[in-house]
Amino acid sequence: MAAANRIYLREAPAELLPAPTMRAGVFGWLRTNLFSSPLNVALTVISVAAIVWVVPPLLRFFFFDAVWSGVDRQACLASPQHPEVGACWAFIRVWSSYFVYGFYPAGQRWRVDLFFFALAFGIGWVAWLGAPRRDLGAAYLFIVLPILSYFLLSGAPLVGLVSVPTTQWGGILVTIVVATVGIAASLPLGILLALGRRSAMPAVRVLSVIFIEFVRGVPLITVLFMASVMLPLFVPDRFAPDKLVRALIGVALFASAYMAEVVRGGLLSIPRGQYEAAAALGLPYWRAMGLVILPQALQVTLPNIVNTFIGLFKDTTLVFIVGIFDFLRTIEAARGDPHWITPVTSVTGYAFAALFYFVCCYGMSRYARNVEARLARAHRR
Amino acid sequence: MVEIAQPAPPGRRQWGNFALQAALLIVVGGLAYGAFVNAAYNLQKANIASGFRFWNNTAGFDISQTLIAYSPSTSTFGQAFWVGLLNTLLVASLGIVLATVLGFTIGIARLSRNWLVARLAGGYVELIRNIPLLLQILFWYNAVLKALPELRSSISLPGGAFLNNRGLFLPRPQFGDGFGDVLVAFLVGAAATAALRAFARRRQDLTGAPPHTLPYALALMVASPLLVFFLAGKPLTFSFPEMGRFNILGGTEILPEFAALLLALTIYTAAFIAEVVRAGLLAVPNGQTEAAQALGLRSGSTLRLVVVPQAMRVIVPPLTSQYLNLIKNSSLAVAIGYPDLVQVFAGSVLNITGQAVEVIGITMAVYLCISLVTSLLMNLYGRTVSIVER
Repeated sequence: MAAANRIYLREAPAELLPAPTMRAGVFGWLRTNLFSSPLNVALTVISVAAIVWVVPPLLRFFFFDAVWSGVDRQACLASPQHPEVGACWAFIRVWSSYFVYGFYPAGQRWRVDLFFFALAFGIGWVAWLGAPRRDLGAAYLFIVLPILSYFLLSGAPLVGLVSVPTTQWGGILVTIVVATVGIAASLPLGILLALGRRSAMPAVRVLSVIFIEFVRGVPLITVLFMASVMLPLFVPDRFAPDKLVRALIGVALFASAYMAEVVRGGLLSIPRGQYEAAAALGLPYWRAMGLVILPQALQVTLPNIVNTFIGLFKDTTLVFIVGIFDFLRTIEAARGDPHWITPVTSVTGYAFAALFYFVCCYGMSRYARNVEARLARAHRR
Repeated sequence: MVEIAQPAPPGRRQWGNFALQAALLIVVGGLAYGAFVNAAYNLQKANIASGFRFWNNTAGFDISQTLIAYSPSTSTFGQAFWVGLLNTLLVASLGIVLATVLGFTIGIARLSRNWLVARLAGGYVELIRNIPLLLQILFWYNAVLKALPELRSSISLPGGAFLNNRGLFLPRPQFGDGFGDVLVAFLVGAAATAALRAFARRRQDLTGAPPHTLPYALALMVASPLLVFFLAGKPLTFSFPEMGRFNILGGTEILPEFAALLLALTIYTAAFIAEVVRAGLLAVPNGQTEAAQALGLRSGSTLRLVVVPQAMRVIVPPLTSQYLNLIKNSSLAVAIGYPDLVQVFAGSVLNITGQAVEVIGITMAVYLCISLVTSLLMNLYGRTVSIVER
């Protein structure tokens, strides 16, 4: 075949292309990540403008113009020598013990501190994956600690601890109590419900499904209303639980329905062979679940479990609506204190509350992400 | 779902299972019966009526936002219920639309190749997701909207609107005779556009001619209703809000409670939707994008025709649960006094009648129904985007 027929053959060398744009170094990074196209340039400019517009006023408000000390609202009002007033941190400082303990008697507050410490110890023991005897840690956290804390916080006159009625509890103490009771109750209940939903026994299965789907279909507020308004009707007068206990029951039931679905997701991810292997070993149902299936299922779904805890922690704020003095409620109460009413008090109070919840929830989500990364590494192996 | 193959339990095992179930049913039934007996006794002691007769009694309390006719002196508890339900549906449906728009924007921004945009979107998601919704609602209501100027120093907005700590006052459109014709023209135009699009798409499938329907769509859906509007003599006027001494008269009012709730629900749910969208887009393998580019599709078409349809399959189920969460979370209205179902019915009506069992029961049943209908609709939609397997 004549070469002339092949029109796709080049007859001259191709033109030289310009050298590729630099991808290394600061300018290369800027070019690829911020200025790669006209649209990106525009987006970058808008983003920088937004940051410049928002961040400096926020910094000024929360730090540079903020009032750090004072005894009443005068400190946080605009005055000729202090025309721009930022956040009123003095208000938080004055009210801080109320935010932590509520009306818990001042002389007894060491009990609350001890509870916080014991809880932190237990959480550290269980959450640190390299800790020794984490099974003991779990037993401590889920069985020993709740019983001890009950006597520690509400009082045991036999050993000389004055009783403190729950109406005097408040602030971060109540938030932590509601969250930990919710967590400690929802995990075992959720596992039982998840197993019940997959049980071969029709009555168990139907009851579990009805409970889970019913609770997941209604708002937490209605569950709390039910617990706080209807529960006292359902039991004889002398057993009527106090307000905090009612809210705790509502939160625990609500959380366990969500936990059940998370655990069920973990159970679904366990291959059938595991069930068959356990059956082949002759393990009865509970031992097969306890020794073979659940350890794997819970580990797989641990990040989701922690995410449920985060949701539960945020949902504890709802007990505010049924009249319990949780952390958010103490902020609301303090905010209205006539000695401290200024234009910046509310914003300061909410910013402080947001910081608290953010630190707790973000910490938990970082932990979940670490565990997830660890699991992914283990699976890749 | 993997069903566990339970080994056929012979003899004793079967009886054990049966006994366990019977015991469970007896315990649950016993608890229910005990609760019923106690409730009957306690209610009788407290002299509270039971049954649903209260439904037709006069309510006697006022509601700040009513979408249907309601007056405290003549309307019944039943009408109060409908007012509350409509308010819930209003804030939930608007919230779903706005949160979807914002959530998709932020989810896509998180995957932007622009480093700064991706970081800002990531920061938004982390910040908003980790702060309780109730705190956000209180913040918008108490610290932002209630901190606006008072009535006397209202902010005047362009277009004759006023903004103060009692709400946002907007001009109210008043539809004159002949506005119905404009609506009819619009609906006819919309139907014609749909037919035209179907035709253009079929032509594209047969001949490859690209569909250019936009000019026709504009002519049918915008120009023709406008023409009818002017022919009918502009049957639309506005009643502008006017500043009175103690009040703003005329116009239409958006309550600060409504605005705060809508704002917080939108911002909060959008952060979750953004995560759903991001996960969905990441779930489409890179090979799909590369294959589309190899076929010569432009980046817009790649996204529209290849990536998004596949991502939607992953996105729809978790998106549904976010919608359900938003609907349920709208009940936090009670914290700031927006008259939703919980605030009106499980709040005011419950306090006046004292009939906790009936009122809470109805409230829960309504939320269950709304949840069911929403899941049903989303499942229908999910079916249209799911894989058609041969």
